[in-house]
Amino acid sequence: MNGTLVQQLVDGLAALMLLTSFALLAQHRMISVLHWFAGQGLLLAVTAAIVAYGTGSDELYISAIMTLLLKGLLLPWLLWRVIRQLQVHREVEPLLNSSLTMLIALGVTLFSFHMIQPIEKISQLITRDSMAIATACVLLGMLMMITRRKAITQVIGFLAVENSLFFAAIGSTNGMPLVVEIGIAFDVLIAALIFGLFFFQIRTTFDSLEVEAMNAHLIHKDDDE
Amino acid sequence: MNLFVATLLAPLLGGVLLAVIKDPQRAAVFNIATGIVTFAVSLLLALEVLDTRAVDAMNGWFHLDAYNVFLVVLTTFVSMTTSIFSMPYMRHELETGRVDLPRLRLYHSMFQLFQFGMLLGFTTNNIGVLWVSLELATLATVLLVSLYRTPASIAAAWKYFILCGMGIALALFGTVLVFFTSSAILGHGNIALSWTALYAHASELDPAVMSIAFCFLMVGYGTKVGLAPMHAWLPDAHGEGPTPVSAVLSGLLLNLALYALVRCKMLVDGSTGTDMAGAIMMGFGLLSLFVAALSLHRQRDIKRMFSFSSIEHMGLMTFAFGIGTQLSTFAALLHMTVHSLVKSGIFFTAGHAAQAMGTQKMAEIRGLIQHQPGIGWGLLIGVAAIAGFPPFGIFTSEFLLFTAALESCAWTTLPLLLGLLIAMAGLFRFVQPMVYGEPPATATSVHVNMVPVYIHFGLALLPGIAIPLFLADWYQQAATLITMSAIAGGGGG
Repeated sequence: MNGTLVQQLVDGLAALMLLTSFALLAQHRMISVLHWFAGQGLLLAVTAAIVAYGTGSDELYISAIMTLLLKGLLLPWLLWRVIRQLQVHREVEPLLNSSLTMLIALGVTLFSFHMIQPIEKISQLITRDSMAIATACVLLGMLMMITRRKAITQVIGFLAVENSLFFAAIGSTNGMPLVVEIGIAFDVLIAALIFGLFFFQIRTTFDSLEVEAMNAHLIHKDDDE
Repeated sequence: MNLFVATLLAPLLGGVLLAVIKDPQRAAVFNIATGIVTFAVSLLLALEVLDTRAVDAMNGWFHLDAYNVFLVVLTTFVSMTTSIFSMPYMRHELETGRVDLPRLRLYHSMFQLFQFGMLLGFTTNNIGVLWVSLELATLATVLLVSLYRTPASIAAAWKYFILCGMGIALALFGTVLVFFTSSAILGHGNIALSWTALYAHASELDPAVMSIAFCFLMVGYGTKVGLAPMHAWLPDAHGEGPTPVSAVLSGLLLNLALYALVRCKMLVDGSTGTDMAGAIMMGFGLLSLFVAALSLHRQRDIKRMFSFSSIEHMGLMTFAFGIGTQLSTFAALLHMTVHSLVKSGIFFTAGHAAQAMGTQKMAEIRGLIQHQPGIGWGLLIGVAAIAGFPPFGIFTSEFLLFTAALESCAWTTLPLLLGLLIAMAGLFRFVQPMVYGEPPATATSVHVNMVPVYIHFGLALLPGIAIPLFLADWYQQAATLITMSAIAGGGGG
C-alpha cells in the first residue's frame, strides 16, 4: 500500500480535525455546536478506517466501525434528543470575548507544536505529524470547557477532548489495543448516559442549565455566616 | 487462580443482584454478605501470593505482587466494614426521607460495582485497563454522590464528574504517549501496555517521551488523588454524598489513583534514570499538605473538614513516594493503610454525629460525649489517631517519613513539620467543642453501630505499638519492588 498517500490523507484529516476544534470553540448556537461535534466524530471514523487500510490491521477496522456508531451517530443523536426535550435547541449561548478566546486558542496550538517536537523526531510511524495536532485538539477541548457557561456545551467540550485523545491514539500509535479501546468506548457511553441524566436533574433542580447557578450552591459553603 | 477470579466476581455479581433486590433490609444484609465473602476470598488470595511473591493470572492479563495484593485486602476489608456501617446509617436516611427505595437500591448496587472497579484496577496488568477501571469506579461514585438529589449534591456531583473526567482524560493522554514509545519496542499489541513487560523493558523506553507522559499522568491521576491545586472537587464530593460513600472515596478511591501514579513513576524512573518524577511528586505533595492544612481552618461543615484532612494525608503519601528511598516508600505504604482505616472510621463517626444532631454544620454539633458517648469518644479517638498521636500507626508512619526525609533532603522536614502542626491545630480547634460541653436540645438519639469503627481504630493501633512481623515483611517486599527501578536507573531520592 502506498504509504505516502495514506500519510497525506491522515495529515489532511488532522488539519480538518483542528478545524472542527476551532469551530466548536467559536460556535454559539447550540445546534451548530452539535453539528460540528457530529462532524468531528465522522472524521475520526474516517481516519481510523484509512489508517486501518494503510496498516492492514483488523483491530482498527473494528474500532473504526465502533467510532462511527458511537461518536458519529449515537452520541450526537442522544445529545440532540436531550436538547430537543429540554427545549434549548434554538438557544444562543453568549460567548465571552470570542476574539480573545481565539487568540488563546492560537497560542495553545503553537505551544502544542513546540511541546511535541522531541516526540515527533523519533517517530517512525506513517502518521507522525498528527501528534501535535491531536495535542492541540485536546487542549482546545479543555479551553472550550473553561469558556462555556452551559452544562451541555461543557459536556460537548469534554467529549471533544475524548475524540482528540482517540485521534492521538490512531494518529501516533495506529490505535490502542482493542481491549482498551472497547473499555474506553464503554466508559464514554456510560459517562454520556449519566450526563444525560444529569441534564434533566440540573434542569428540574436549578431551573436552568447554567453552571453558575449550580456553583452558587457550593461556593458560599466555605464563607457563609 | 480460582481465588482471584472469585475475588473479582463476588462484587460484580453482588452488584448485579443488588440491583434487583427490592426489600431494603434484605438488600443491606446481602450487601454485607457480599462484602464478607469478597474479603474472605481476597485474604486467602493474599496468603497465596505472599507465598509465591508474584503471580500472573489469566494469561498475564492480571498481575499480583506484594504491592497490589495488600491494597486489594485493604479495599475489600474497608468495603466490608463500610457495608456493615451503612446498614443502620442508610436505614436512618430512609426513615428520615432523604432517600427513597429505588435510590437505596441504586446505592447498594453501585457500592458493589465501585468495589469491583477498584479491585479490577488494582489487579490488572494492563495500564490501559487500569485507566478504564479507575474511570469505572469514578462513574459509580458520581451516581452515589448525587444520591440525595439536593441542589448542593447535584452541583457537587457535576463538579466531581467534570473535573475528574478532565483529569482522567489527561491521564489517558499520558497512557497513549507511553504506548507510543513502548509499541516501538514491544510491538503493536496488548503486550506494549502490559505493566510487567513495560517494567522489564523500562530502560529502553524513550526518556523524552516518558517525561512528557509523566507530566500528563501526574496531573491526570493527581486530580483523582486530590492533590492541590486540582483538589477542588474533593471536599464537595465528600461533603454532599452519603457518609458511607465519603468513607470509601477517602479511604479507597484516592488510594487507587495514587497506586496508578506510583506504578507509572516506576516506569518513568526506569526509563529516565533521574529523580525527575520523584521531585515532581514531592512538590505536589508538599503543596497539597499546606493548602489542605490552611483550608482546614476555614471549614464549617464536618465532612468537608475531614475531606481536607484527606488531601493533607494524600499529600504526605505522595511526598513519601516521591522521596523514593526504601524507608520512605515503606512509610508511604504504612501511611496508606493506616490512613484508610482511620479516615473511614472517622467518617463513620462523623456521619452518626451529623445524624444525631440533625446537621453537618460544626457550629451546631455540640456535646457529643454527653449526648451519645460512643460517637463522642469515637470522634475524639479518631482525630487523635489521624493527627498522629503516638500510640497510633499514623505516628509510626510519619516518624518513618521524617527519618527518610532527614536522610535524603533534610530541609523538607521543616515545612513538613509546620504543615502537620497547622493541620493538627485545625482538627482540634473544631473537634474540641463538638465533643465536650452540653448537647443542644434538638439532638436526637440515633441507632449506631460503632463496632466497625472500633475495629478500624484497633487495627490502626497495631503498627503503632508493635508492627506484626508478617506485615513488616510484606511492606518491605512492596517497598523493595517499588524502589528497585529507581536504584537500577541510577537515580532516586
